[in-house]
Amino acid sequence: MAPEHDVMPEAVPGEDQSTVTTRVMELVVAAVLMVLAGVVMLDSVRVGIGWAFDGPEAGYFPFYIGLIMFLASAVTFGVNLIGRNADTSNFVERSALRLVIKVLVPTVVYAGVMYFLGIYVASAIYICFFMMWLGKYSIRKAAPVAIVIPLILFWLFEIAFLIPLPKGPLEAAFGY
Amino acid sequence: MDALLSLIHGFGVLADPMNIVYMCVGVVLGVLIGVLPGLGGANGIAILLPLTFSMSPTAAIIMLSSIYWGALFGGAITSVLFNIPGEPWSVATTFDGHPMAQQGKADQALTAAFTSSFIGALLAVAVITFLAPVVAGFALRFGPAEFFAVQLLTFCSFVGMGRESPFKVLAAMMLGFALAAVGMDSVTGQLRMTFGTVELMRGFDFLIAVIGLFGIGEILLTMEEGLSFRGKSTKITLRSVMNTWVRLPRFWITYLRSAAVGCWLGITPGGATPASFMSYGLAQRFSKNRAGFGKGEIEGVVAPETAAHAAGTSALLPMLTLGIPGSPTAAVMLGGLLIWGLQPGPMLFIEQKDFVWGLIASMYLSNVVGFLIVLTTVPLWASILRIPFSIIAPIIIVLCCIGAYTVHNAFLDVVIMLFFGVVGYVFKKLHYPLAPLVLALVLGDMAESSFRQSMLLSQGNISIFWSNWLVGSICALAMVMLFWPLIAFFIDKARNGKLGTHGETGRV
Amino acid sequence: MKLARTLATALTTVAIFGFAAAGPALAEWKPSKTIEFIVPAGTGGGADQMARMIQGIIQKHGLADQSMVVINKSGGAGAEGFMDVKESDGNEHKIIITLSNLFTTPLATGVPFSWKDLTPVAMLALDNFVLWVNADSPYKTAQDYVGAIKAGADNQFKMGGTGSKQEDQIVTVALEQVTGKKFTYVPFKGGGDVAKQLVGGHIDSSVNNPIEQVSFWQAGNTRALCVFAAERMETQGAAKWGDVPTCKEAGVDTEYQMLRGIFTSPGVSQEAVDYYVALFQKVRETPEWKDFMAKGAFSQSFMSGDEFKAWVANAETQHKDLMTKAGFLAE
Repeated sequence: MAPEHDVMPEAVPGEDQSTVTTRVMELVVAAVLMVLAGVVMLDSVRVGIGWAFDGPEAGYFPFYIGLIMFLASAVTFGVNLIGRNADTSNFVERSALRLVIKVLVPTVVYAGVMYFLGIYVASAIYICFFMMWLGKYSIRKAAPVAIVIPLILFWLFEIAFLIPLPKGPLEAAFGY
Repeated sequence: MDALLSLIHGFGVLADPMNIVYMCVGVVLGVLIGVLPGLGGANGIAILLPLTFSMSPTAAIIMLSSIYWGALFGGAITSVLFNIPGEPWSVATTFDGHPMAQQGKADQALTAAFTSSFIGALLAVAVITFLAPVVAGFALRFGPAEFFAVQLLTFCSFVGMGRESPFKVLAAMMLGFALAAVGMDSVTGQLRMTFGTVELMRGFDFLIAVIGLFGIGEILLTMEEGLSFRGKSTKITLRSVMNTWVRLPRFWITYLRSAAVGCWLGITPGGATPASFMSYGLAQRFSKNRAGFGKGEIEGVVAPETAAHAAGTSALLPMLTLGIPGSPTAAVMLGGLLIWGLQPGPMLFIEQKDFVWGLIASMYLSNVVGFLIVLTTVPLWASILRIPFSIIAPIIIVLCCIGAYTVHNAFLDVVIMLFFGVVGYVFKKLHYPLAPLVLALVLGDMAESSFRQSMLLSQGNISIFWSNWLVGSICALAMVMLFWPLIAFFIDKARNGKLGTHGETGRV
Repeated sequence: MKLARTLATALTTVAIFGFAAAGPALAEWKPSKTIEFIVPAGTGGGADQMARMIQGIIQKHGLADQSMVVINKSGGAGAEGFMDVKESDGNEHKIIITLSNLFTTPLATGVPFSWKDLTPVAMLALDNFVLWVNADSPYKTAQDYVGAIKAGADNQFKMGGTGSKQEDQIVTVALEQVTGKKFTYVPFKGGGDVAKQLVGGHIDSSVNNPIEQVSFWQAGNTRALCVFAAERMETQGAAKWGDVPTCKEAGVDTEYQMLRGIFTSPGVSQEAVDYYVALFQKVRETPEWKDFMAKGAFSQSFMSGDEFKAWVANAETQHKDLMTKAGFLAE
């Protein structure tokens, strides 16, 4: 009996190649959670995990939280490692992954640009880029949206509500 | 009767047309604040507080409280449409509201949410009007032990609902608790899990995690299926609003229960966020359509919205009568009262009758105004779903980033929020439940500090949790809720034993 | 390709504007953009209330040439706010309101900042601390209560306060040193919570600021035993603060007052500091400010310049001394 091959719920035939299996992903996530739980427990030991005469110490609850998290993730890890019915289907189809990455990477870049240029300029660039690259809009359609939205936001936050958001050199040039 | 007369007097105070104008402006601003994630009611009011200095105290508080009602209404909008809770208390609304939108029933979800908010608010204002003196005393009975019992009850009424692997539920929940513990320990002042960085001392804010997990996570999931919304846009007509209304009266028990939970937690003060979770959990426990929850059950929108708005409204009662804010937003308004030269507390009802009853009357009126305003905007909101994804998605992400930034004015929070977005995507795909995680994140901090405060008071003696009838019965109720599936099983069995097989045919 | 060009254009535009930003220097300093007013505490607390009050007063009376925005940076018991100002060297458009966490947070957490990293502007007021008990308790005077504490066991009496290792706990420690007995100190989130817990009978006493307890006091729910100040407070209408003895009069020799002061970024010009001193002097003249001071029974002493610096240095020593004795210092 080869259980690997009879659990393929939405396997779409054709160009989609496999990325990683759900099982591998399960193992990775469970392992990360176990490491996190370990960190939580270690740090709790540092601040004290005992029960003082007037109640628990600062690390008492976090320690047991870490412990339970470790055990629960260990079970998930074990089940997927040795389990017979582990889900070996594709975690994400390659085409789907490509789409997800297409959103994720520009967004991460956007956050980085925000740090230097401020949120408004970064947003204009990001919206413009997103619309043109993923939406295949022409610059003539993308640019107005990309300029008007940050302007509205600027008015809303900086002028109407007096909430300063991160700003860059462009805003500084206008005295903000 | 006395209260009724005072109330009529209060409406007299409102007669000034400028007050009505302030009310409308306030509600519109509030809806806007509620829609923008991160810019919560508390922040919104704090920001607008100085602008109201030149008004009379009555006009100012009417405007500020209208902003508050508007924010309560508005929080539901982005929850339903984009799975992004505009406010912490609308997290529970996403559980069923967003699935409804995905099924093309955004109009129904929004109508149900607004109507429920409205009914919750009305019931709570009625409590304020007629029971203020009685209820104020009740709030004083709540010490740390009672608070812990309430938090335990919230938790117990919510957990154990998923179809996910119990180990994953546990892991997700513990992750929430662990994240809640990061930062400064409120009891000893020690730093936990900050590893020497100042940035981590602020801890993980609930809203930042939620915007990432739900909002960004949802966008990433949507992307998998290509550049389109999963929500089908429907034509919104007055008829669909009416049709939704026709369906709502059958949930009258849910309304009453949720409003009771909301008032209780608003007054004690536990807060609107726990109220919405507890009420959602209870609705699911006792609903005939248990299985439909989380997949777009309208009752799952009704329950948290009713409770959240009831709690938000009744949170003003302890502020007025005791000078203790029932919510962060109320805390800011309290500051406003002091600035205008009003001293909240037991004397306010006696010394400032005009002000107090004017405010209470305005609660009735501004909720009606707010309800009408948001209801007329349902088509507008629902039509947002018709904007192409490649235009709306970047705008949503920009708003999420702004929201994450404004919570603490910290750039790192934007990065953390995006990270949570990836976590949300992976967790969703691997069937780790997000609800226990966020509930643990929001309750973890509170529950731990009230537990440890109780322990300090009792010198480490755990019996404080059944030391009087109040805390004892809440704890007992919590246990009943925790083991409810088991209890329900036995009740069912007993009933089936008597009635033969009728139990099964009962639900159609 | 087209896109790359767009991006390049955008970036160039930004760069050009960026370099054009340097402004001319003026002899008499005036703010040229919005002033950021940092609050190293959460929304709704005492410091936040005061900051927003000041913002409103300045706006209403048009006292400043630019608008002012209040920004809360409460993370790590206010460390975030202080670090932010410390790191904005030479930024003349940033001021911060302080509470006692200016001294307590670096001592208790080890986060590296002190008042010397900031530029002192002015002291606005001093917030008082009063020893409160529930009106139903048998203690009519501070002597009664202290007598009971001395006669009782360690940890028998429960003192509620705001936060941990902060002003309320420091006052408690000071009280412990006088009585020789330990309190059970229970930290709560805000002054309002503490007041409510006292009225509800969950704790024995508190050291709330006057404004947090005034309504309960006037309603007859709580009793003010003594004020931890050198001089009595002033009676304000129905609130007979003048009748509350100082703790020293009552035989409890402890003093503690909390600084409500203004600081600005390090390395700013003396002209900018002078501008802010003048601004806050104008704020103090307004009826709104006077009313607020009266309501909260604040001690209204205004200081600036070297006098203020000396006061702050002295307060720092006092905090360090008390916190060392209490064992609150970060290892």
